[in-house]
Amino acid sequence: MKILVLISNVPDTTTKVKFKDNKFDTTGVQWIINPWDELALTRALELKKESNGKIEKVAVAMVAEKSAEPTIRKALAMGADEAYRIDTTAKDSYSTAAELAEALKDKDFDLIMAGLESSDYNGLSVGAMLAELLGINSVSAVSGLEFDGEKFIVKRDIEGGYEKLTVQTPFVAVVQKGIAIVPLIPNMRGIMMAKRKPIHVIPAKGVEPLIEMVEFELPKPKPPVKLVETAEELINLLHNEAKVI
Amino acid sequence: MSNNKRALKGGEFLIKDVDYTQVFIPEEFTEEQKMIAESCRDFIQQRVLPNVEELDKHNLDLLIQLMKEAGEMGLLGISVPEEYGGFGQNFVTAMRALEEIGKGFSFAVAYAAHTGIGTLPILYFGNQEQKQKYLPKLATGEYIGAYALTEPEAGSDANAGKTKAVLSEDGKYYILNGTKMWITNAGIADVFIVYAKIDDDPNLSAFIVEKNTPGFKLGQEEEKMGIRGASTRQIFFEDAKVPVENLLGERNKGFKIALYILNLGRIKLAGATIGAAKGAINYSVDYAKQRKQFGTYIANFGAIKHKLAEMVIRTFVTESLTYRASQNIEDEEEALKQEGMDKDRAAIEAIRQFAIEASIAKVFGSEALDYVVDEAVQIHGGMGYSAEMPVERAYRDSRINRIFEGTNEINRLVIVGELLKRGMKGEYDLLTPAKEVAKELMAIPDFGKGSEDYFEKKHKLVKNFKKAILMVAGAALQKFGQAFQEEEEIIMNVADMLMLTYATESTLLRVEKLSKMYDPEKLAIYKDILDVFSFDTAWKMYKIGVDTINAFAKGDEQQAMLMGIKRFTKVDPVNTKDARRRIANKLIDDGFYNF
Ligand SMILES: Cc1cc2nc3c(=O)[nH]c(=O)nc-3n(C[C@H](O)[C@H](O)[C@H](O)COP(=O)(O)OP(=O)(O)OC[C@H]3O[C@@H](n4cnc5c(N)ncnc54)[C@H](O)[C@@H]3O)c2cc1C
Repeated sequence: MKILVLISNVPDTTTKVKFKDNKFDTTGVQWIINPWDELALTRALELKKESNGKIEKVAVAMVAEKSAEPTIRKALAMGADEAYRIDTTAKDSYSTAAELAEALKDKDFDLIMAGLESSDYNGLSVGAMLAELLGINSVSAVSGLEFDGEKFIVKRDIEGGYEKLTVQTPFVAVVQKGIAIVPLIPNMRGIMMAKRKPIHVIPAKGVEPLIEMVEFELPKPKPPVKLVETAEELINLLHNEAKVI
Repeated sequence: MSNNKRALKGGEFLIKDVDYTQVFIPEEFTEEQKMIAESCRDFIQQRVLPNVEELDKHNLDLLIQLMKEAGEMGLLGISVPEEYGGFGQNFVTAMRALEEIGKGFSFAVAYAAHTGIGTLPILYFGNQEQKQKYLPKLATGEYIGAYALTEPEAGSDANAGKTKAVLSEDGKYYILNGTKMWITNAGIADVFIVYAKIDDDPNLSAFIVEKNTPGFKLGQEEEKMGIRGASTRQIFFEDAKVPVENLLGERNKGFKIALYILNLGRIKLAGATIGAAKGAINYSVDYAKQRKQFGTYIANFGAIKHKLAEMVIRTFVTESLTYRASQNIEDEEEALKQEGMDKDRAAIEAIRQFAIEASIAKVFGSEALDYVVDEAVQIHGGMGYSAEMPVERAYRDSRINRIFEGTNEINRLVIVGELLKRGMKGEYDLLTPAKEVAKELMAIPDFGKGSEDYFEKKHKLVKNFKKAILMVAGAALQKFGQAFQEEEEIIMNVADMLMLTYATESTLLRVEKLSKMYDPEKLAIYKDILDVFSFDTAWKMYKIGVDTINAFAKGDEQQAMLMGIKRFTKVDPVNTKDARRRIANKLIDDGFYNF
């Protein structure tokens, strides 16, 4: 069995987002593996370790320019065996999924894992689009993943509980909270080996995006909070100041 | 390794200038070094910080478990060569890792003692069998190491230890008797590097002692002001039987081992203080942005901004000088190896070469951190005094750094003593430059218009600082001769002047190097740091210089030197208030130390 984990390169979650000429200003930004993808990769690596060699490979793929390679290298340091970088700037969900589909169509992965969303543009759609473009199954809201030696058992959160199912490979699993508890920290051996692992660079097809960013607006600074002691006071304020009742 | 990388000998910065291309700056870490640092950071965040309170209750099982986890991740073997199961990383990488571990309170002390003074004596001085036997276990955390030099009556005067070793009748064992005190990791260690005198030897010898040695006993955990989560105990030897093959290095040469290892421990301690300081800054800015008084966040008050900025400046300076010296050590080691020196000796010689810089880093780093944690408590107000807050722990934990690895007084003696020793030995010529300064003092000052270039002006300032030191120390030495060493107040002052000068120069070289990497907009904040620090240093140098001169000079000589110190510490005005505000504003805006 072979697993591929899609990873994206996102600004560290503590980044102070600034815009310059209506574009995200990347100066001084630290880049990391998208946290969901990092958890997906953690689970994939755990499964491989527990599989007695039945899962022979965990690879990662990213649509990004060369400057994102430190992030890919980190995935390799965590334990991924190899990486694919599709050499273009990720523009929107569709073009990203389409580039991935092109690059992956002849690489027979049994399971492709995608994080629920990326913490930068939060588009929520690459995983499902990719499955569609590749013509394979996809399972969403995956909060647990097991491997019994032959097939993958998927746990999905549903209203008020969960369900477990098996899916015919190949398939895409869009994973979310619960897939792994904490991301795996690369150890020294992993870091040292990472530089010897291959990053295959695949030229992009140049798929045009369907979406164009028109404008960004930062959230307004929160107005000061007014603490209200009594119900009468609240009604008074809502009526006379806020004029909503 | 090109020769120009080895531009200076240790201590030579006083009489020789380097340019920025010859120093390493933290902005030059490789991708791999950054990744190692990130792993250390994540390990501290995920595994250590949630456990610091429990560790402080002397939960040694938990401490052992965390050390083993660090071992599994390879973090205990960073400096150990691959042939002994480690990762053979270079010196600067190990320093960078230690910086991150430094955010881990008591755990950092246990880690540093194990990987530094606990492991390195065997790595550098052990024979093949000793290395084979112990290093792989120390590198993985199967064994934990400790270092036992101090005794109840032998602290700073470490060679005065009374622990005795005599050969057993059958010649198979050394029988040890004595008491060691304040031994870090004692309660969790499997192997101890123990110093004792064989028979009536004048000097110490070093031994590797395993914890299950018959006649070896542990005392109770000490109740300490800080680093309570680190195990500290007395250890007792009552006819302890140590196999003869566990003598480390040569008989009677143990004190040398002790000193070499302390040199290393000193610069490593500085590395850990950088991380601890950044941690305390992060807690403080976070709090200052949340706490409101008088209707506004306290981060908006100028008095708080002043503190935050000064915390950043001292941390930035510690970082500049510590990594500069670390790279010097690494380059020296490489160069010596290329010249054919055995690799263990090369490592030892390299650190010995930069013993002065290591002591400077230790003193500067520990005092910078004490300032940082003190103001961190202050920024937290009453909450800073609450045991619930991390800064309360940081405040207590910081204090030990000025005491162990040689007290800061002892290290100041080392800074000046080593420099004079090298001058005396002819490793470099201190006399001629000192005479030149004395001559310059008598000549009419050069009132000519100097350069207007920002960096050239700063270089001139640093050059003048050096002249101030040569003037003051040169005259004092001439006056006191052999009795100079009795004049500890003057020695402390000279040490401070050397330290401040090295600190300013290292910061200047870093910012100058950054000026070739960053656009002017991004560079501005670093110039602010340099401006404030060099300006403050000039005034400090002036005060220390005046005090020193008044302590021994009289009449015309005194007058001439007082004029001289004024001239050598003359500095252009800086609006330090505005500069500090800009530094604080960046910190507040970023929300964490990001310089
Ligand atoms: C928590 C902790 C952990 C430690 N861990 C270890 C360890 O793992 N292994 C180990 O071997 N030791 C360890 N030590 C011991 C430590 O290194 C010593 O405490 C230190 O060297 C100072 O020695 P002392 O306590 O005897 O103080 P003293 O030497 O008695 O010093 C008292 C004061 O006198 C000053 N002084 C002494 N001599 C001079 C002088 N010539 N000139 C000017 N001033 C002087 C000192 O600077 C100090 O201010 C540890 C200590 C502590 C508290």
